[in-house]
Amino acid sequence: MRSDLIQLSYLAAAVLFILGLKGMSSPRTARRGIMWAGVGMLVAVLATFFSPHLSNYLLMFVAIAVGGGIAYVAARKVAMTDMPQMVAIYNGMGGGAAALIAANEFLHFGGSGLTMGASFAVLGAVGALIGAISFSGSMIAFAKLQGIIKKSFLFPGQNVINLLVLAGAVVLAVIAALQHTGHLGGSESLVLVAFFALSLLYGVLMTLPIGGADMPVVISLYNALTGLAVGLEGYVLGNGALIIAGIVVGAAGTLLTQMMAKAMNRSIGNVLFAGFGAKGGQELESIEGTMKESSPDDAAVTLAFAQKVIIVPGYGMAVAQAQHKVWELAKLLGERGIQVKFAIHPVAGRMPGHMNVLLAEAGVPYDMIYDLDEINGEFPTADAAIVIGANDVVNPAARDDPGSPIYGMPILDVDKAIQAFVIKRGRGAGFAGIENKLFYADNTRMVYGDAQDVASKLIAGVKKV
Amino acid sequence: MITGFAALYIFILAAFVGYEVIGRVPVILHTPLMSGSNFVHGIVIVGAMVALGAADTTPERIIGFLAVLLGTINAVGGYAVTERMLEMFKSSKDRDAAKGGGDA
Repeated sequence: MRSDLIQLSYLAAAVLFILGLKGMSSPRTARRGIMWAGVGMLVAVLATFFSPHLSNYLLMFVAIAVGGGIAYVAARKVAMTDMPQMVAIYNGMGGGAAALIAANEFLHFGGSGLTMGASFAVLGAVGALIGAISFSGSMIAFAKLQGIIKKSFLFPGQNVINLLVLAGAVVLAVIAALQHTGHLGGSESLVLVAFFALSLLYGVLMTLPIGGADMPVVISLYNALTGLAVGLEGYVLGNGALIIAGIVVGAAGTLLTQMMAKAMNRSIGNVLFAGFGAKGGQELESIEGTMKESSPDDAAVTLAFAQKVIIVPGYGMAVAQAQHKVWELAKLLGERGIQVKFAIHPVAGRMPGHMNVLLAEAGVPYDMIYDLDEINGEFPTADAAIVIGANDVVNPAARDDPGSPIYGMPILDVDKAIQAFVIKRGRGAGFAGIENKLFYADNTRMVYGDAQDVASKLIAGVKKV
Repeated sequence: MITGFAALYIFILAAFVGYEVIGRVPVILHTPLMSGSNFVHGIVIVGAMVALGAADTTPERIIGFLAVLLGTINAVGGYAVTERMLEMFKSSKDRDAAKGGGDA
């Protein structure tokens, strides 16, 4: 009876998770969605406390209190611009937990002298491999986003070495599985330690070469991997809630990852293994024209007399924490009867939807924010488009120049606006080292300076008009 | 306990559900969705609790303890971050209403 109630609670949790994620399909229901998912989690955790034959309650309480306390405080304190790395770190923790569950199961069976069923041993090992990769990979992603690791590491034969490490981990996983099903002797703990060491190393090696602008794809991918690992360990434990929640997230995360990669017109494999964006110094083709500079005051005059302005934010806005000033500028223009819209590229920033979150934080209502497909037709009718710290996502070369490394990537057609202003910190090329044709266009003016600073000057300039 | 083919069926069906649920999410919600799904796989905490609860040697206890610790961080952090982000998403109408009503 008691175990029936526990299973029923898990079922309820699984349903609440799915409904919760479903709620995420609209901004209206999203908040309710996450609350449902939260209730589901609470129900599942409470039910687990009443599982039969459970011991070590004190350790359990301590772990939950400590982990919960740290995570809650960190999540509340972190700045909105740092959200990508927080998501990365929480995700890595989940992957690590899944890997540890597998380690525990293997130790438990090893110690008891019993053998595991083949499917349990194999799927458990696969889950451990994926979980460990997700853990160490997410930690590297965190370090990169946080600026602890600034460089991308590329060396000749990297893919071969990575592949060897992965192959080694897989072989050890097979050995561990065979040992625990009673087919193979030898030191079980030694194999386990080596297996986890190689798995973790692979996660590190795989993430190190990936450039900052590819992080949306990577974070999303690790999210999917953790889900998958959790689902697999759910199979080992025979726990339906883990299986359903884990696999739903795994599938959803895979889809999201594909959407991200598609927005860059690249395959997931290309993101992971090409070392794109880290090479730098691409061959520059000759671009006609020169960059023309404009002062913020001149730009402000153009804005003040425009009828329609489209603002295109990018990672530079996040770095400069300029979202509040940008919204102030947008409001000011709106008060003058100017139509203002925000155009967001799917991969702007360092995680999917990064810009949306920042704009929302500043107070921009979501109905002013437009997606690539919705807004691209409107650029020709915009009197001014302001690009704030975005680069490759507005490079017309992606549309016109088949020789460009980013050719084929969907871009925002800022060059088609009547007048384009590009707010940029310096004259350097984009993350991929690709020169941006937009900057040389006749209808483009460069406004150099820190995004927040320039936005303030634009506000002051518009007020003077 | 769910075992064998029953588990496999659940596996496959859950994969389809995941694909369907995400299919039409607007770009604006990609981040909350990712962070929300990040929270959902925090269910790993339940597995970690079961593993720790069954641990009977010191190494098992240490590993189980760490698993619960990491799982909790995943679940609690994932929830708090998602909540914070979704709290900020408001339409012009919501904003006007908040302004008119005085207390948001």
